[in-house]
Amino acid sequence: MAEPESSTAAAGGSRLRNACGGVLCAFTLLLIGVLAFSIRLFSVIKYESVIHEFDPYFNFRVTQFLSKNGIYEFWNWFDDRTWYPLGRVIGGTVYPGLTLTAGTIWWLLNSLNIPLSVETVCVFTAPIFSANASWATYLLTKEAKGTGAGLMAAAILAMVPSYISRSVAGSYDNEAVAIFALIFTFYLYVKTLNTGSLFYATLNALSYFYMVCSWGGYTFIINLIPIHVLLCIVTGRYSSRLYIAYAPLVILGTLLAALVPVVGFNAVMTSEHFASFLVFIILHVVALVYYIKGLLTPRLFKVAMTLVITVGLAVCFAVIAILIALVASSPTKGWSGRSLSLLDPTYASKYIPIIASVSEHQPPTWPSYFMDINVLAFLIPAGIISCFLPLSDASSFVVLYLVTAVYFSGVMVRLMLVLAPAACILSGIALSEAFDVLTRSVKYQLSKLFDDSPAASGDSSAESSSASTVSTNSAKNETRPEKTETAPKEKPSKKNRKKEKEVAESVPVKPKKEKKLLVLPMEASVLGILLLIVLGGFYVVHCVWAAAEAYSAPSIVLTSRSRDGLHVFDDFREAYAWLSHNTDVDDKVASWWDYGYQTTAMANRTVIVDNNTWNNTHIATVGTAMSSPEKAAWEIFNSLDVKYVLVVFGGLVGYPSDDINKFLWMVRIGGGVFPHIKEPDYLRDGNYRVDAQGTPTMLNCLMYKLCYYRFVETDGKGFDRVRGYEIGKKHFKLTHFEEVFTTHHWMVRIYKLKPQKNRVRGKLKKLKSGSKASSTNAAGRKKNPWQ
Amino acid sequence: ADEGGPRGRRVLVLVDDLAVRSSHSAFFASLQGRGFDLDFRLADDPKLSLHRYGQYLYDGLVLFAPSTPRFGGSVDQNSILEFIDAGHDMILAADSSASDLIRGIATECGVDFDEDPEAMVIDHINYAATDAEGDHTLIAGDDLIQSDVILGSKKIEAPVLFRGIGHAVNPSNSLVLKVLSASPSAYSANPKSKLASPPSLTGSAISLVSVMQARNNARVLISGSLDLFSNRFLKSGVQKAGSKIRHEKAGNEQFVTETSKWVFHERGHLKAVNVKHNKVGETNEPGMYRINDDLEYSVEIYEWSGTSWKPYVADDVQVQFYMMSPYVLKTLSTDKKGVFSTSFKVPDVYGVFQFKVEYQRLGYTGLSLSKQIPVRPYRHNEYERFITSAYPYYAASFSTMGAFFIFSFVYLYHK
Repeated sequence: MAEPESSTAAAGGSRLRNACGGVLCAFTLLLIGVLAFSIRLFSVIKYESVIHEFDPYFNFRVTQFLSKNGIYEFWNWFDDRTWYPLGRVIGGTVYPGLTLTAGTIWWLLNSLNIPLSVETVCVFTAPIFSANASWATYLLTKEAKGTGAGLMAAAILAMVPSYISRSVAGSYDNEAVAIFALIFTFYLYVKTLNTGSLFYATLNALSYFYMVCSWGGYTFIINLIPIHVLLCIVTGRYSSRLYIAYAPLVILGTLLAALVPVVGFNAVMTSEHFASFLVFIILHVVALVYYIKGLLTPRLFKVAMTLVITVGLAVCFAVIAILIALVASSPTKGWSGRSLSLLDPTYASKYIPIIASVSEHQPPTWPSYFMDINVLAFLIPAGIISCFLPLSDASSFVVLYLVTAVYFSGVMVRLMLVLAPAACILSGIALSEAFDVLTRSVKYQLSKLFDDSPAASGDSSAESSSASTVSTNSAKNETRPEKTETAPKEKPSKKNRKKEKEVAESVPVKPKKEKKLLVLPMEASVLGILLLIVLGGFYVVHCVWAAAEAYSAPSIVLTSRSRDGLHVFDDFREAYAWLSHNTDVDDKVASWWDYGYQTTAMANRTVIVDNNTWNNTHIATVGTAMSSPEKAAWEIFNSLDVKYVLVVFGGLVGYPSDDINKFLWMVRIGGGVFPHIKEPDYLRDGNYRVDAQGTPTMLNCLMYKLCYYRFVETDGKGFDRVRGYEIGKKHFKLTHFEEVFTTHHWMVRIYKLKPQKNRVRGKLKKLKSGSKASSTNAAGRKKNPWQ
Repeated sequence: ADEGGPRGRRVLVLVDDLAVRSSHSAFFASLQGRGFDLDFRLADDPKLSLHRYGQYLYDGLVLFAPSTPRFGGSVDQNSILEFIDAGHDMILAADSSASDLIRGIATECGVDFDEDPEAMVIDHINYAATDAEGDHTLIAGDDLIQSDVILGSKKIEAPVLFRGIGHAVNPSNSLVLKVLSASPSAYSANPKSKLASPPSLTGSAISLVSVMQARNNARVLISGSLDLFSNRFLKSGVQKAGSKIRHEKAGNEQFVTETSKWVFHERGHLKAVNVKHNKVGETNEPGMYRINDDLEYSVEIYEWSGTSWKPYVADDVQVQFYMMSPYVLKTLSTDKKGVFSTSFKVPDVYGVFQFKVEYQRLGYTGLSLSKQIPVRPYRHNEYERFITSAYPYYAASFSTMGAFFIFSFVYLYHK
C-alpha cells in the first residue's frame, strides 16, 4: 500500500498539498475499486460467467422477468411455477432491492446501446457493489478516524474473504448490494452525527430505505443505531446533532420501510423494530430535559428535573406496558424465528428444523474466523484501543458496531458477513494508527539525525520531507479527531460544519507537542513498519487464495483435480437441460427444496417447494414423501400432480452435500408436521446409516431407493464414496417409479411416477411365470465412468 | 366404416378348433351383421401376430380358445395384455378345459377362475330343467347386473344358460363388474367326484360372466362358459327348474349381443370436447383468473350410439374447482344438446387451480378432465383507493401537516 508522496510540497502552501493529497486519495480509491472488482472475477476466469448456487438463480429469474415485463408486472407477479399448487406472490414476498438495481443497470446500459444480457449484468452486479462497498467503507472510516484509516479500511474491505464469499462474480444474492447499503447507511448516520445536517439525515433515511429493499438484515441497522443513540445519551453525549441523526431516520425510515411490500406493517408491528421506537421516545424525553435545563436556573431545574423524571418514568412505563402487551398478543411473541435464533442460538435447532437445516444458519466454527477475516482478528483489538484515543461519537459507533457484529457472527455463520466490514474498519484504523506512530517516529528520528534542532526547522518541513507510506495522508488528517478530543464541549454548539473544517486545518501546532511523547526508537519503528507490511502481505496472499480457490466455485459446476487431470462435474445443468428438453412445460418436478430455485430457473419446470421455505407444511409434505415407502410416496406425489422426482446423489463420485446427507432434515421436518414419520425409525445407534446396519424403514424409504437404485451395477459392490461403506440393500426393484434419466456422474437422478395401473390383477398367484419381469434395456445402463 | 366411432371394426377371433366357427356362428353373424370384420385364426397359428410395423392389426379380440396351452406366432400372454393396455377390447370365454394361459390372462384382468381344474359351477336349485337328470351344471342364470348401458335398455326376460367354470372377483376391485352372477345355491366343485371338503367358491360370490373396464377404457368380457355363446344355447328354449314359465328361447342371444355391443364400444362410450371457461361477459379464455372473478365453464359431452355421436343427457355431471381439495363443486346443467355449463365465483384463495370433471358412471367410459388455471391475488392498483372508514385518519394526517406548516411559519417569522 506504499505510495510515495511527491515532493512538491516543500515550499508550497498547504493548499497545494491538500490538492495533491486529494488527487492521490481519489486515485487510490479508484485502484481500491478496481481491486475489489477484479479480485472477484476469479470465478469467471476459472469457470465461466454463470450464476452461482441456489438463491442467485431465483434472483436471476426475477430479474429476467423484470427486464421483460417491467416494474409493475414484477410488483404484481404471481408465480404459478413454484410452490405448486399454492403459487407464490413474488412481488410481495421478495426484497426487491437487488433485482431493481440490476434491472436498472441493465436498462441503463441498453438505453446507452450497450447490449449486455441480463445474465451478464447479474453476474457482475456483486463485484460492482463490492467496489461501492469499499468506497462506502472509506467514507465511514474517514468520518470516524480520518482519511488514512479510511483508505486502509477500504483496501482491506476490498479483499476481505468473508465478503468475497458472498460477492464473487455470479453470486447474485441480496447480500451483494446489502453490505454496501449497510455501510453506506452507517456512514450517513455518522456523517449526520458529525455535522448535524438535516440533508444527510434525509439521505440516511433514503439509504436505509435501499437497505430495507435489499435485505432482511436491515433490522440490524434499526437496532444498532438506537443502541448507539442510547449509548450517547447514557454517556452524556446528547446533542442536537444526535437528535437530527436519529429522529428523521426513525420517522422517514419507518415510513419508507413500510412501503416495501415484503416488510409492510412489520415495520411497526414486529418487535425487531420496537427498540427504535422506544429509543425515539427516550430521545425526546432527554431533549425536553435539555431544553428545560436551558430555560431554567439551576435551582429551578432541580425541581423541574424531579417532576420531569417522574412524568417521564410514568410515560416510559406506560409505553413499555403497551409494548409488552402488543408483543404478548402477537402469535410469535412478535419475534420471527430467525430473529429469535439470533438471541438464543439454540432456539432454531430446538424448535424450527427448517431454519436449523440450513448450514449457513449454524454457529460458525473457530477456523471459519481465521478463514474469513484472517489477520483482521488480531488487529481488531488494536483498532478498538485506538478508537478510544479519543472516543468520539463516530468511533464509539464503530466500536459498538463491531461488538454487536461479533456477537451475531457467533450465532449464525452467515452473519460473519456483517462482521467483516466492522473488522475491516477497525483493522484499518489500527493499521493506520500504527503506521502513523511508526512513521512519525522515523521522521522524527531522521530529522534529528540530519538536523540537530528539529524544533527550529518547523513541523511542516519535517512532515513533508519524509518518504513514507499511507500515513502521509493519515497523519495530516489525523489532526481532526484529536482536536475533537481537546474540544468536545465546543462542538455541540457549532452548527456550521465549514467552520469546523477551518478549525481542522488550523490546528497543526498544539497536537504536535503530544505526539512527541509517542516517539519510538528508530530501529523499533522500522522493524514495526516492516512487520506490519509483512502482516499485510500475508493478508493479501490469503485473500487472493481465498478468492481464487475457496470461494469462487459456482457450485453448479464442480471440479476436482486428480492425478489424471481436471475433472469437471456438470451434472446439475445436464439434468436441468434434460428436464427442459424432455418433459412437458406444465409437468411438476418434486425435489428437496434446495433445488427448487434452480429447477424453475434452469429447467423452467414447476416445482413443489423451493428455497423460499415459506410454507413449512408443504416442505414437510415433500419430506414425508421422501421418507415414506414407495407406495405411500407415490400417493403423496400423485396428489400433488408430480410427474418427476429429482434426487441428488453423491455416492458415486463422493459429492458430500447430496440428498442422503440432507435426509435427516427431511425426516425431521416431515416428522414435525406428520407424526407418523418418527426419527428413531431411521436411526441406528443415533446415526443415519444406509449400510447393512441401516434400519428397515431407512432402507425402504423412497430417498434410499431413488438414490441407490441400480447403484450396485456401477462397481458390483455398491460402495458409497460419501458415506464410505457399502450400502445395505443392493438389489431391489422400483414398483411405482421408473428411472428416466441419470446424469453422467450419477449426481442427479430423475425418476418418473409410473401411471396408475391400467388393470387390477386378481388374487391368484402366478403359477409358472417365475422371472418374466421386463428388464430395463441394457443399452441405457450407465457404468461408472471411473471404472 | 368407422364414422368417427370410438373403436375400429377389425376383430381377431382366436379359436382352438375351427369347428367353433360353425358351432358359434350365430354370435359371429351378429357381430358381422353389425359391421365387424372377423378374422378367424387358430390360436396356435404360427403366423399369428397382433401388430405389424408398430401398428395393431386389430381393434378387438375374441378369444374362444379356452384350452390352448400357448398361442402361435408372436402372441403370448403379455402381448394380449399389452393389446388391452393399448386400449383394445376383448371377449374371453373359458370352459372346464381352461388352460393356465387363459386363466393367467383372466387373472391379469382381475378375474380369478376356480383353481381346481376339474371344477364346474353346480346349482341344484336353479339349473335348467333340461338338465334334470344330469349333474346340474347347466345353469339357468337370471341374476343379471342392473345396467341398461351394459345389457341394453330391453330387459332380458329369459334366463341365460351357462355351463362352465365359475370365477370370483375381488370386491375391492372397482374395475371389474359381475354381469351374470350365480344364485346363492350355486357352488363350484368337480361334479364327477364327491365333495371332500367345502368348496372354495360358493353362492352368489361366484360370477359366471364378468366385465372389466380398464382405466384406459379398454373393455374385457370374461365368461366361464364358451357354450354360452354357442348356437345351441342361443337357440334352445329354457325352463328354470321349479319354475312354471318356459321360455321359447334362452336369454343367451340377447345377452351376448348386448354385452358384445358394450364390449366393442357400441354403447356407453362418452367423449368430452370443447372444454371452455371464461369470465362472465367475455368470450376469450384467460390464462389466469383473479380471486373473486365470476367465470363460466362449459364442456360438451357426447355418447356414441353405435352409429353416431349423440348428445349425452344427464343431470349429475359435476365440475370441481380444485386445488388440493375442491373449493367449488357445481353440478353442470345441460341444454340437452350436449353442452354442459355452469358459472361460479372464483374463491378468495389464490393458487394454481384445476377445473376437474371426474365422471365415472356404471357402464360408461370414465371421463376425467382436468385443466390447470392459476388464480392470482389482486394487483396493487385493484384495491380500493380510498376507504371510507379511514377518512378520519386522512383528516388527521393532513391537519397535522397543515398545523406543522403554520407552526413553523409562525415560529420562524414571528418577530
